[in-house]
Amino acid sequence: MWEYSDKVKEYFFNPKNVGVIEDANGVGEVGAIACGDALKLMIQVDPDTDRITSARFQTFGCGSAIASSSALTEIIVGKTVDEALKITNQDIADFLGGLPPEKMHCSVMGYEALRAAVANYRGETWEDDHEEGALLCKCFGVDEGMLERAVRNNNLTSMEQVAQYTKATASCSTCAETVEEALERINAAMVSEGVLDARDAFVAGALPPTRRAARKTSPLVELSTPTAPARLTTVQRIRAVEEVLTELRPVLQGDGGDCELVDVDGNKVMVRLSGACVNCQLASVTVQGIQQRLAERLGEPVRVIPVPAGH
Amino acid sequence: MKPVYLDNNATTRVDPRVVDAMLPYFTEQFGNASSIHAFGADVGTAIRHARRQLQALLGTEFDHEIVYTGCGTEADNMALLSALETQAGRNEIVTSAVEHPAILALCAWLEKARGVKVHYIGVDSRGRLDMDAYRKALGPRTAIASIMWANNETGNLFDVETLAELAHEAGALFHTDAVQAVGKVPMDLKTSEIDMLSLSGHKFHAPKGIGALYVRRGVRLRPMIRGGHQERGRRAGTENAPSIIGLGVAAELARTHLDEENTRVRALRDRLESGLLQRISHAMVTGDPERRLPNTSNIAFEYIEGEGILLLLNKAGIAASSGSACTSGSLEPSHVLRAMKVPYTAAHGAIRFSLSRENTPEDVEHVLEVMPGIVETLRGMSPFWDGASATRSAFTPSYA
Repeated sequence: MWEYSDKVKEYFFNPKNVGVIEDANGVGEVGAIACGDALKLMIQVDPDTDRITSARFQTFGCGSAIASSSALTEIIVGKTVDEALKITNQDIADFLGGLPPEKMHCSVMGYEALRAAVANYRGETWEDDHEEGALLCKCFGVDEGMLERAVRNNNLTSMEQVAQYTKATASCSTCAETVEEALERINAAMVSEGVLDARDAFVAGALPPTRRAARKTSPLVELSTPTAPARLTTVQRIRAVEEVLTELRPVLQGDGGDCELVDVDGNKVMVRLSGACVNCQLASVTVQGIQQRLAERLGEPVRVIPVPAGH
Repeated sequence: MKPVYLDNNATTRVDPRVVDAMLPYFTEQFGNASSIHAFGADVGTAIRHARRQLQALLGTEFDHEIVYTGCGTEADNMALLSALETQAGRNEIVTSAVEHPAILALCAWLEKARGVKVHYIGVDSRGRLDMDAYRKALGPRTAIASIMWANNETGNLFDVETLAELAHEAGALFHTDAVQAVGKVPMDLKTSEIDMLSLSGHKFHAPKGIGALYVRRGVRLRPMIRGGHQERGRRAGTENAPSIIGLGVAAELARTHLDEENTRVRALRDRLESGLLQRISHAMVTGDPERRLPNTSNIAFEYIEGEGILLLLNKAGIAASSGSACTSGSLEPSHVLRAMKVPYTAAHGAIRFSLSRENTPEDVEHVLEVMPGIVETLRGMSPFWDGASATRSAFTPSYA
């Protein structure tokens, strides 16, 4: 079962503003019984101030659909129509203390019902932006145009980002392959236009990009269970560091590199990498490896800092 | 009020007698059944006994007809994949539109990845198989027909004996996913035409993580998991001794309770079903009331959505389940109810109550007390409900 927040449960078990406003001057109906959820939102707007004085709803749907509908009515009452239109579906979800990702469409339904009700109040016709068949993601009504705008405006290059920004694929994910193809196509076009680095472009089935950027700083290694004996003296510490480096050097030399100890200052160990290690993209991995071994040997957190040649 | 568990088609409570029988095989009799020493030999003896207990429930003659697996899904996968390998020149599968995903997802993958042609036989509004379509789909290209013995959502029983005979007339093997039927339906496989049958322990008070595939003597079986010589090389991997032994005890208990399932449990189910239909308008039983598991009742409540019902039932201490989209993460209602063309107005509000021998009359009365109020609350919020005097109905139940 879903993990609903306490607020969602509260708004499902004791929903506020359920029912009908007989003389509502704005009514929005979205969804359909066939889709599994539907919401009829009724608002009463004071024409002089454009302020929403009351809101009620009827919902056919799951627990979070009912909670989202009720939350929406609570949020919009007292707001002017223009203020209310600034509300996004994320605001509804936030009001409820979050919704499970698979249930975000419930908040989207509330957002759409509000737009429909306001359009009805203003005497405008409200219609879906999408033509049936043009939708990539049916669950969230995402068509290729919407996907392309989101991808280009936000430089999206992964399926995870696409789901976060548009929610496409985030529910039943039956559209995953179609959306993958579309994302690949859009990214490829962006590369050829020179607005996206080819290395970052999404390629269906490719491995995710490396995390080399994240490795540039080597964080302190935290030992959860220090097993080391009593604290070492400075001489003992330097000896231990030299022993570890002596053990590790043959490995580095095997790859055409080398490493020497420059200084030890408290828990900071300065080393100089030389030979093939210089400019090696994996140098940070090497440094982390050394750091790990030193921390194990010394029994305390250590930071290994590579210093440039001639330091 | 103690909690009322009416979701036994999802899983059952492990019988304490099963647990007692299993416990020594974790710490005292921990040997590997394949070992020569006493630690292993004792376990081997216990497994042989457990196999005979399971054989007795299924009515099989030969011990090597049982191949233990990790679950029912593995047994289903093994059966279909093996048939495609052993049935030379045959590259088609005949199955039904209402199978469990263990069959349907595998078939979808076989179509895509291996170019296998799969015939999905439809059902009528009560979930009964279209026998004409089944006959027509069978042919010289059919490797195997796989039709479930009992449907997990509606409880519908399929005439597997006739279906097996028809498959054999076409030279095809016949497999049945009997995960929901074992322990509830009498079986005598030694006189049956069925070639392969899948079962799962946790549906009849054994633990999760143990299943079995029955393979009729003489039917060739290609292993899906290769490795050691366990299960005569047909399913490698160290025997899950505690679970196999637990499954044996559960099988023996199921055999002794088989009559009770079909008398006392059936009466409880019938009382629950008729009580709900009397108290709640615009509700209908889905499935075939004439040929159904004795423990299952699937009732569709119009104009409301299943998840809301389940949340309110849960608050009242009652566990049931739903084929509703919103509880499964998909946005479509159950493929079984769609195959039966249950109208959307009702399919989203279908609730499955599945009982076991552990249920009592008090459990049923508690549901009858709280359910009308729950339906009324949700209908009160629904934009499609016209009120208590509603005369409009999107469909007429085929029976009351």
